[in-house]
Amino acid sequence: MLSEMYEMPTAPKACPRMVRPVAGRVLAGVAQGAAAQLRLDPVVLRLAFVLLTLVDGLGFVAYVALWMFTPKEEVHGPEPRRDWGQVVAYGVLWLVMVVLSWLIGGGLGFWPIAVGGIGSLIMWQQADPGRRERLVSGAVRQVSTGWLRTAIGVILVVVGAIGFLAASGELARARTGLVFSAVVVGGILMITAPWLASLIRELQRERTERIRQEERAEMAAHIHDSVLQTLTLIQRNAHDPREVLRLARSQERELRAWLYQPKPGDDTMLAAAVRRIAAEEEDTHGVKIEVVCVGDCELDERLVAMLHAARQAMVNAAKHSGAPVISVYAEVEPEEVTVFIRDRGKGFVLDEIPEDRMGIRQSIIGRMERNGGSAKIKTAPGEGTEVVLTMKRSP
Amino acid sequence: MKTVRVLIVDDHRLFRAGVRAELGPSIQVVGEAGDVDSAVKAIEELRPDVVLLDVHMPGGGGLEVLRRVREAGIPTRFLALSVSDAAEDVIGVIRGGARGYVTKTISGPELTDAIHRVADGDAVFSPRLAGFVLDAFASTPAPPIDPELDSLTQREREVLRLIARGYAYKEIAKELFISVKTVETHVSSVLRKLQLSNRHELSRWASARRLV
Repeated sequence: MLSEMYEMPTAPKACPRMVRPVAGRVLAGVAQGAAAQLRLDPVVLRLAFVLLTLVDGLGFVAYVALWMFTPKEEVHGPEPRRDWGQVVAYGVLWLVMVVLSWLIGGGLGFWPIAVGGIGSLIMWQQADPGRRERLVSGAVRQVSTGWLRTAIGVILVVVGAIGFLAASGELARARTGLVFSAVVVGGILMITAPWLASLIRELQRERTERIRQEERAEMAAHIHDSVLQTLTLIQRNAHDPREVLRLARSQERELRAWLYQPKPGDDTMLAAAVRRIAAEEEDTHGVKIEVVCVGDCELDERLVAMLHAARQAMVNAAKHSGAPVISVYAEVEPEEVTVFIRDRGKGFVLDEIPEDRMGIRQSIIGRMERNGGSAKIKTAPGEGTEVVLTMKRSP
Repeated sequence: MKTVRVLIVDDHRLFRAGVRAELGPSIQVVGEAGDVDSAVKAIEELRPDVVLLDVHMPGGGGLEVLRRVREAGIPTRFLALSVSDAAEDVIGVIRGGARGYVTKTISGPELTDAIHRVADGDAVFSPRLAGFVLDAFASTPAPPIDPELDSLTQREREVLRLIARGYAYKEIAKELFISVKTVETHVSSVLRKLQLSNRHELSRWASARRLV
C-alpha cells in the first residue's frame, strides 16, 4: 500500500550516443548523425562543413575527425542506397566555392559573398513550399514592377564602371575583359531565363487553382447550410408527408447537382434548361420528374418554344395523371431534337378534349407546329400518357 | 417465382435494414455486409445468387468487391445499388462486372423485380444508364474497331431509347412488337458490349468524364 501512495521517481532519460546513420547519408553519415544530436537539419550541417573546408581545410579536418570517432549505426537488413544526386550536388558546390575564392583572390571580398550565398541556400532549404513561393514571387514581382528602376540601375553601373576605368587609364586594356564579362553574364541569363519563366507560369497556375478552390469551398459551405436548414424544416413539418417529400426531393436535387455536375449549368444549353424546367415543376407540383439527356446543343428561338411546350406537358402530367413519377428524355441528334414526356398515370381519351381547353391544343401542339416542329400525344385510359416533341435544328 | 438468395452490401446500416424490409417474399436475404472485406468473406461463405452492391464504400467501394470476387472466380451476380447517378460510378461498376445498376430511390417492388431479372441472367438498366450508354455509343463518322462489339444495332438503340423514356420491358415489347424475352436479350447484349468494348469512342467519352 505504501508503494501505491508514492510513485517511484523515473530515472532521467539517458542521452543517446551519436551514431552515423546509414539511411539518408551523403558521404559517411557524419552530418546526418550530428544533425540528429543537435536537432538541426542535416543540410545545414553539410553546408557548414563545405564552408569551413575553405578556411584552411578546417571543415574537412572536423569531418574526418568525427568520422573516425563516431561509430556507424547498426543496421539490420539490406543497406539503403546512397543518394548520389546529393553527393554530386555538394561536390559541385565545393568546386564552385573553390573557383570563386581563387578568382576573387580570397581575403575580405570573398567571405561576405560566400557566407551570404550559403546563408540564403540554408534559408531556402528550410523554408516550406509556401514560404519559398512567397520569397520568389516577392523577388519576381519586384523585378517586373521595377524594371524601369532596374534598367536605370544597370545603366548607372555600366557608366560608372566605364568612367572609373577611363579615369584610371585602363579602359583599353579592360575592354576585352569587359566583353568577356558580358558574355558570362549573358550565359547566366540564358541559363536562368527558362527557370524564371516556368516559375512565373507555375505561380499563375497555382493562383487560379487557389481561387477555384476558394469558390468551391464557399459553395460547399452554402450547400451544407441549406442541407441543415432542410433537415430542420423536415423535422418541423413531419406531420405533412407531402411537404416532407417536397423538401427532401428539392434538397436531394440540389445536392446531387453540386456533387455530380461540377460545371455550373449553362442555361444557354438545352440539357441544363430541361433540367431546370423539370426542377421547377417538380417543386411546384410535388411530383418526381426524372430527367435523362443524351447529347446537348445551344438553344435557339425554336428550341425555346419547344421547351415551353415541354414544360406544359410536364405540368399536365403532374396535375392530371396521378402518377408518382414523370420521365423526361431529351435526345439531341445532328438534325433534330426530340423530347419525350411520359407518365404511367391514368391517361385520357385524346379526342374528348374540348376545343376550348387551352392546355394541349394550343400550348403544346399549336406551339410546336407554329415553330416548324411537331407534337404527338399517345395516350389511352389506364395506360398513361406520352408526349413526343420533335423540332428540327437550325443548320 | 423461385426464391432468390440475396446478400446486401452497403456501409449504411439503416439503409440495409430499409431494403430488407422492402423486398418481397420471393427474396431471401441470406446476410448483410458493411465493408469491402466482410462483403468478400460473406460472398465466399454464403454463395448468394445475387449481391446488392453499394458503389461507394470505404476500402475501394463496390469496384473492389467486384474485382476480388472475380479473381476468386465465384459465379455470383451483382446488382449495383447506389445513391449516385454520376457517369463515373455507373459505367465504372458495369465495366467492373455488375449486371445492372439502379438508384436507391427505386421502389420495393421494382427492386424485387430487378433482383429476379439479374438472378435469371438478364441485365437491368435504369433510364439514366440507358442515356449514358446511348451517349457513349453515339454514332460518329469514325468506323468502329470491332463492329460486333463497338456499335449498337438499330434494334438495341431503339430498346435503349425506350428504356431512357421510362418504359418497362413489357411496354417496350408491346411498342416494338417483340416478346419480353427478346427485349431482355437485346439489353443483355448491350451490357456485354458495354463491358467488353474498347471502342475509342467509349474510351474518349470515358476520359472526357474522367473515368479512365
